Amino acid sequence: MPGTIIETDKLTKIYNGYRAVNELTLSIEEGEVFGLLGPNGAGKTTTILMLMGLTEPSSGTVRIAGYDSTREPLQVKRIVGYLPDQVGFYENRTALENLVFTARLNGITEEEARKSADELLDTVGLSEVKNKKVGTFSRGMRQRLGLADVLIKNPKIIILDEPTIGIDPKGVNDFLALIKSLSRERGITVLLSSHLLNQVQKICDRVGIFIKGNLKAVGKIEELAGELLKEGNIEIRIVVKEEPNEEIAEKVKALSGVSELTADKREMRIVAREDLSSPIAKLLIDSGFSLLHLSTKEYSLEDVYEFYYGGGVADGEAS
Amino acid sequence: MEKQVSPFAVLVQKEIGDYIYSWKFLILLGIILLTTIGSIITILSLIKDYAANIDLENSFLFLNLFTASDGNLPPFISIISFLGPIMGLALGFDVINVERNRGTISRVLAQPIPRDYFINSKFVAALMVIAVSIFSIGFLIMGFSILTLGIYPTLDELLRIIFFLLFTCFYIAFWLNLGILFSTVFRQSATSALAGLAVWLFYTVFYSMIMNLIGNAIYNSQADTSLFLTRMNRLSPIGLYTELTTILLTPSIRATGVLSFEQLFGALPSTLPFSQSLLLVWPHVCGLIAATFICFAIAYLIFMREEIRA
Repeated sequence: MPGTIIETDKLTKIYNGYRAVNELTLSIEEGEVFGLLGPNGAGKTTTILMLMGLTEPSSGTVRIAGYDSTREPLQVKRIVGYLPDQVGFYENRTALENLVFTARLNGITEEEARKSADELLDTVGLSEVKNKKVGTFSRGMRQRLGLADVLIKNPKIIILDEPTIGIDPKGVNDFLALIKSLSRERGITVLLSSHLLNQVQKICDRVGIFIKGNLKAVGKIEELAGELLKEGNIEIRIVVKEEPNEEIAEKVKALSGVSELTADKREMRIVAREDLSSPIAKLLIDSGFSLLHLSTKEYSLEDVYEFYYGGGVADGEAS
Repeated sequence: MEKQVSPFAVLVQKEIGDYIYSWKFLILLGIILLTTIGSIITILSLIKDYAANIDLENSFLFLNLFTASDGNLPPFISIISFLGPIMGLALGFDVINVERNRGTISRVLAQPIPRDYFINSKFVAALMVIAVSIFSIGFLIMGFSILTLGIYPTLDELLRIIFFLLFTCFYIAFWLNLGILFSTVFRQSATSALAGLAVWLFYTVFYSMIMNLIGNAIYNSQADTSLFLTRMNRLSPIGLYTELTTILLTPSIRATGVLSFEQLFGALPSTLPFSQSLLLVWPHVCGLIAATFICFAIAYLIFMREEIRA
């Protein structure tokens, strides 16, 4: 595994007494695609701004490729491309002009800038409209132009803040595939924030779940799912005619794979690591109970994420 | 091999490009052309009368090009003192907040440039546009007059005109920076434009009225009141600029304040040389520059301390 490229240590940002980001300690390896997952207002954008050195942390440090983002923002910005959530272009300039402008701010000569802008516009599929004014572009086109804009400085790291907002589903898939392939081909480290799990799931090597300024969990999607679903990922709901007694409850609990059982009058809820509906049904019928209802439900990471979501982050934007 | 351009120059270049291609600038250009044509027409109709009254010793005929009025159209210096603020405000009122609202600011600041390049480049670019416009109007008027009337300026007159144009740039720069200040303070460009116009209107219309009221209320004697008004007038950028240009373009003005008979005793009724006129307006120039930089400094501070995403 190559070295760590992004490293934060107890990074904290306080806005007017509100802890937008709380003691975030995170490290991201070179070349990986990392997803920062969390609801709106969880502090994702604030974290990204601190990584870029665009906002000063209240405490804690950020190191990107060895540079301190707060003290040496220029060095950091030289190697990091940032696509803000509401990316803005100069509307009365063409796509090509906008890219060349960014390139020249990075000290690339005009001639070279034109050349690489042409190539990048081709990569993101905008070469046909490169001489059209950005004012006429759709949201998806802007986002792709944004990706080209981020890549023109030849970054080691790209940070994308909610890159898929406002794009239609097909566009989202294309866009994510593009990011993934760019990361693979050029060995770019990608940090991506999103509030949509399924998108993060699609392309990220590792994710961090971020709620209310706190990093709740970090890891590979499968590991994370495994860890969070330790209790089991199948819920079995059973309703019987006769009220179940202690004895039968003990018997069900004794089945291998059952980790939790709650009984409420004639209804039982069983959480299990695998689908145990037929052994349980058999057991109940053999014990003389009449089965009225049996249903199973599989938990996904989505449910876990939503569980955290429900953990009180309903008050919207925190910024 | 193409030479690498510094990011600051790239920013300034882009800003100037934006100004030149914008409607805002075209409208300003229209105003400038009207001003120029108006003042030339005035001059052509008046210059003969002035020429007839020439005093052989102090013939500053050429300066009349800028100060003469036929009573219908105000003289060039008044037009500029009136329209200059509009020009400055128009160039400055939306520089920061529009970029913020469009989201371009975070994209530009994510590039490896120091944060103050952003606001500094706006200032420098607008100043360059202003200087080019003002000097072109001035030289257009001069050139046209030389062609049509056949008179040409003396060195003294030429210097006075060049410095007049330079100080005009400072004056417009003050309004530009007031505009930039409002554009950092207010999120909506409409609000900042209105705030700028409100300040302009206050100084053009209400300031002297209010000062008149206060002066009459405090002082009994006419002399004290007028002294008070003169002093207060210098606190207004418009008053300061008007006094400055009048002194600079009228060499016969010998002092900015009231002179006593003792001071005037033995003085020759002659005009001042350019260097002395310049000395006389130096405090005004310093005042204007100071006001300009105070506005810019406040805007700079606010801009540098503000969160990118608030």
